[in-house]
Amino acid sequence: MSEHETMKTDALARIEAAQDLDAVEALRVEFLGKQGSISGLLKTLGKMSPEERQEKAPAIQALRAAVADALADKKTALEAAELEARLATETVDLTLPAPETPRGTVHPVSQVMDELAEIFADLGFAVATGPEVEDDWYNFTALNMPESHPARAMHDTFYFPDTAPKGGRMLLRTHTSPVQVRTMMAQGAPLRIIAPGRVYRSDSDATHTPMFHQVEGLVIDKDIHLGHLKWTLETFLKAFFETDDIVLRLRPSYFPFTEPSVEVDVGFAIDDKGKRILGGSGDAPGHGWMELLGSGMVNRRVIEMSGLDPDQWQGFAFGVGVDRLAMLKYGMDDLRAFFDGDVRWLQHYGFSAYDQPTLSAGVGAGA
Amino acid sequence: MKFSLEWLTYFLETDASVEEISAKLNAIGLEVEGVEDPAEKLGGFRVAHVLTAKPHPDADKLQVLTVDTGEGDPLQVVCGAPNARAGMKGVLGQAGAIVPANGMKLRKSEIRGVESNGMMCSVRELELGEDHEGIIELPEDAPVGTDFATYHGASPVFDVAITPNRPDCMGVYGIARDLAAAGLGTLKPLRDDTFAGDYPCPVEIRTDDPEGCPAFYGRVIRGVKNGPSPEWMQKRLIAAGQRPISALVDITNYMMLAFGRPAHVYDLAKLSGPVVARRANDGEQVLALNEKTYTLDSSMTVIADDNGVHDIAGIMGGEHSSVQDNTTDVLLEIAYFNPDSIGVTGRKLGLATDARTRFERGVDPAWLDGGLDGLTSLILRICGGEASEPVRAGKAPSDARMVPYDPQLTQKLGGVAVSEAEQRRILAALDFTVSDDWTVTVPLRRHDIEGAADIVEEVVRIHGLDHVESVALTGNVGVASPTATPEQALERKVRRAAAGRGLNEAVTWSFLPVSEAEHFADGQKLWVLDNPISEDMKAMRPSLLPGLISAAKRNIDRGASGLRLFEIGRRYLRAKDGGSDEHPTLGVVLAGEKVQRGWASGKAVMFDAFDAKAEAMALLAEAGAPVDKLMVMGEAGPQFHPGQSATLRLGPKNVLARFGALHPATLEAFDVDGPVVAVEIFLDAIPGKKGKAAFARPHYAPPALQSVMRDFAFLVPQDVAAGDLLRAVRNADKNNIVDARIFDLFEGKGVPEGKKSIAIEVTLQPAEKTYKDEEIKAISDAVIAAAAKQGAELRG
Repeated sequence: MSEHETMKTDALARIEAAQDLDAVEALRVEFLGKQGSISGLLKTLGKMSPEERQEKAPAIQALRAAVADALADKKTALEAAELEARLATETVDLTLPAPETPRGTVHPVSQVMDELAEIFADLGFAVATGPEVEDDWYNFTALNMPESHPARAMHDTFYFPDTAPKGGRMLLRTHTSPVQVRTMMAQGAPLRIIAPGRVYRSDSDATHTPMFHQVEGLVIDKDIHLGHLKWTLETFLKAFFETDDIVLRLRPSYFPFTEPSVEVDVGFAIDDKGKRILGGSGDAPGHGWMELLGSGMVNRRVIEMSGLDPDQWQGFAFGVGVDRLAMLKYGMDDLRAFFDGDVRWLQHYGFSAYDQPTLSAGVGAGA
Repeated sequence: MKFSLEWLTYFLETDASVEEISAKLNAIGLEVEGVEDPAEKLGGFRVAHVLTAKPHPDADKLQVLTVDTGEGDPLQVVCGAPNARAGMKGVLGQAGAIVPANGMKLRKSEIRGVESNGMMCSVRELELGEDHEGIIELPEDAPVGTDFATYHGASPVFDVAITPNRPDCMGVYGIARDLAAAGLGTLKPLRDDTFAGDYPCPVEIRTDDPEGCPAFYGRVIRGVKNGPSPEWMQKRLIAAGQRPISALVDITNYMMLAFGRPAHVYDLAKLSGPVVARRANDGEQVLALNEKTYTLDSSMTVIADDNGVHDIAGIMGGEHSSVQDNTTDVLLEIAYFNPDSIGVTGRKLGLATDARTRFERGVDPAWLDGGLDGLTSLILRICGGEASEPVRAGKAPSDARMVPYDPQLTQKLGGVAVSEAEQRRILAALDFTVSDDWTVTVPLRRHDIEGAADIVEEVVRIHGLDHVESVALTGNVGVASPTATPEQALERKVRRAAAGRGLNEAVTWSFLPVSEAEHFADGQKLWVLDNPISEDMKAMRPSLLPGLISAAKRNIDRGASGLRLFEIGRRYLRAKDGGSDEHPTLGVVLAGEKVQRGWASGKAVMFDAFDAKAEAMALLAEAGAPVDKLMVMGEAGPQFHPGQSATLRLGPKNVLARFGALHPATLEAFDVDGPVVAVEIFLDAIPGKKGKAAFARPHYAPPALQSVMRDFAFLVPQDVAAGDLLRAVRNADKNNIVDARIFDLFEGKGVPEGKKSIAIEVTLQPAEKTYKDEEIKAISDAVIAAAAKQGAELRG
């Protein structure tokens, strides 16, 4: 074995045996540093004759390369081991809970109102509003319920002691129908609006609260008839409940502000748990009819009092409970809970901010 | 209104089943709210013959009967009725039957050691009347073993909701007429009851109030015998929910329920002098049949004699002249009262009666003679006596309305084509007269028919609304146009932004207890209800916060530790003219713990005023408010902590929002534990976008050069607002300073008394060339100079 071979074997063995990066560095200095043994050998090359150099250089260069490679490999290996050891000390218990972020919710009434606006926008209906503190002219008189009308008494009206600016009494609107009158007066005809909002009746039990929400629909045009009303309600309900299996039953009824007046029932089935599921004809076995909304052709007196010519314009109107629609679609069973602000209820029945109703995704938010 | 099938078929010849009748009633607008079949309730009860009756060995008042049920061996039954005896026929409830009156299921049992296999029933137990003196006694010829429901003639009872426009259907006959028109049967002719009378009416009848009582018809019947009404009448009345009282009373009730025709019968012996319809005198009193005394005024019509008021016209009779068991001579009254005045009187007196309901909606003005003769006929048949000639004072309205009609209208308005012949048939069946040129004469009883649209309704409802086909609305081809107004779009965006920030949307009552509303009224006059449903729901809210604070309190009381509630709704204020002034508003209430205690720190973090500020700023930004231009100013209101609340204003006057910690007095008023912080954003105060909606944004390209940070620490007097200093620094060199943030705030050791240290990190953005040292120096000098104007000195 040559002298170089011996050096190489010895150096590689010592590098292999190095325990840490400091030891590797010390060996690098010893072999390859300025005063290093291999560096010393390299320096001798300069003093050799070209022939001698040509003979000895390759062995010395090979020795240097082998040692340098061994040092680099050892360093990499030790660094990796050191990182591994450090990381082992940094372990955390990821079964611990992450920081909590509060989950906000949109109230079912707002969600359903957004759904209604979306559906009716597609049918060309704009959204109109009006005051909730109303006067009796808009709430009753203009809707063909003069002072002595028996239907007035049936409205369980909340009154204020105050007199309206143009006479009459101030009250809380008992329905969204005054918005019909206000919108016709302000915008004329033709007209397609929905008017959602709060309404008030002095009535309170499991299914009635003194405040609730209604949406009014109104179409005024030249040739509108009951068939259009039926189609509009069917189309709306199919879109709202996202099922084509909606069967309506129209029944004659009476509202002073419509003539003819029509009560609309919708067919439902009763499931195993006794819950009502909309769909099918109410006359089918295991089915029934549920009263859903009131509607009719706008009474010509209402059109007249709203400043339009009833010989020229006619149309239909309907009113439906928003809370009721929400309950039917999303399964709540106690109306009073809507207005309690119980955060447990809001979390359960509320909707994500990102459940913005769209027609392309379906207006409903899945359970 | 309730009526039995038996009563309906007394007027209507029909083979239709109960289901068919119900369906047709619904279809023509007489909504069936329920059908009850008493036969179902009487299942298990049958006619039985008592064979023997012996005293119970162990009880004085009981007997042991053997009863023949018509099949098998006679049953042994223990009975406590005093009238139980051998040989009688009665009604036996067998084991398994359910007693209608109390829902008790009968079973085989032992009563004081004696086996009993059923129960002999009383009238009351079977809900056939009030009598509970003893068990039912059936006639000799009652067939033993017959199902009692069949024997009794139990008939299904319809409960129908009559809309207020149809007083003509507030009697069974009217309903029968509608059903007949709809093809469900044939209306039977009424009895021909015409009475000339045997002698002149001995009582003078007048109407001195032709406005309130246009017509007052009457007659005397002498020698009547009052007592129980006949069984057929009692059955019909009971089915209709009317308790039988005496023949004379029952007959008037029968007239009302059969024909929608209220009538009154006076005991002639209690009257003196002429009987007159007149206005009451102010303060005049009457003791009514409900044993209450009513004080009347001169707007009310009454029937009176020389001694005083006997009847609140059309609403309720008086006690004094009411018929008794020993009444022998009576005066009948059939009148037509003005519907409006009946309504006004009824409302004033707070008195709702079946008579009022009918008069107020309008009885048939053409059926006064008919009504009087019908009433007379019933009394003569049931109570005997001799009728006088009728007296007719005044005249009921008799001008029939004529409506020009176009048969095309069923299609044009109702959406269904009905042949002219069918339209004529329907109208004729409802007693309308149609001329060749389609002028329709309306029967007087149809007060609701005013114009052509009403005729359309009549034709279409009888023809069937199920014939109306859906027809699509036209127009609107292509993609729907946006319909939301800017206000609606704003509300929707802010709502979802708030929910996205972790807030829970609540909907709270628009009305509050007055004290809570006053607490937030800030001197404004509240809207306070005259007739609230409760004291807790009396005043319209002037702010969204009280409702949310109360909701937070309820949640805290239920154990919630931290709450983030918001609501978007209206505040109800007053306009200058006294009308309503409603403002869309967003309220936020944060209460209790912002962060619950957790493993990381072990400590809960409570909400403070800065959390309120964060919501206010973030939601205003989403609402499109220019948040970097907002000024933080005072006067959030006395409901807030004076040192921990502020308003956010755009200019000195326009308050967009208020926020902060609530005042301890507010917490106390709402009985809620702190901390509670709140935000109220006045959505209609946020300036809208001007001009048409533009989508393109201002040009922007991220700068190529790196920004430079410089830190400054200032000593400032304690009363200098940090926000003012920050604004001064940011505005020191608008060309170069793109951001400035406070990163440290310190008072105490090392900082002179009365001062605080504020450290600000300023971000500089070079435009085209990197900064030279002297440029940075110049900017720094400008920053220091601007800060100095706020009283700040650079810390050494």
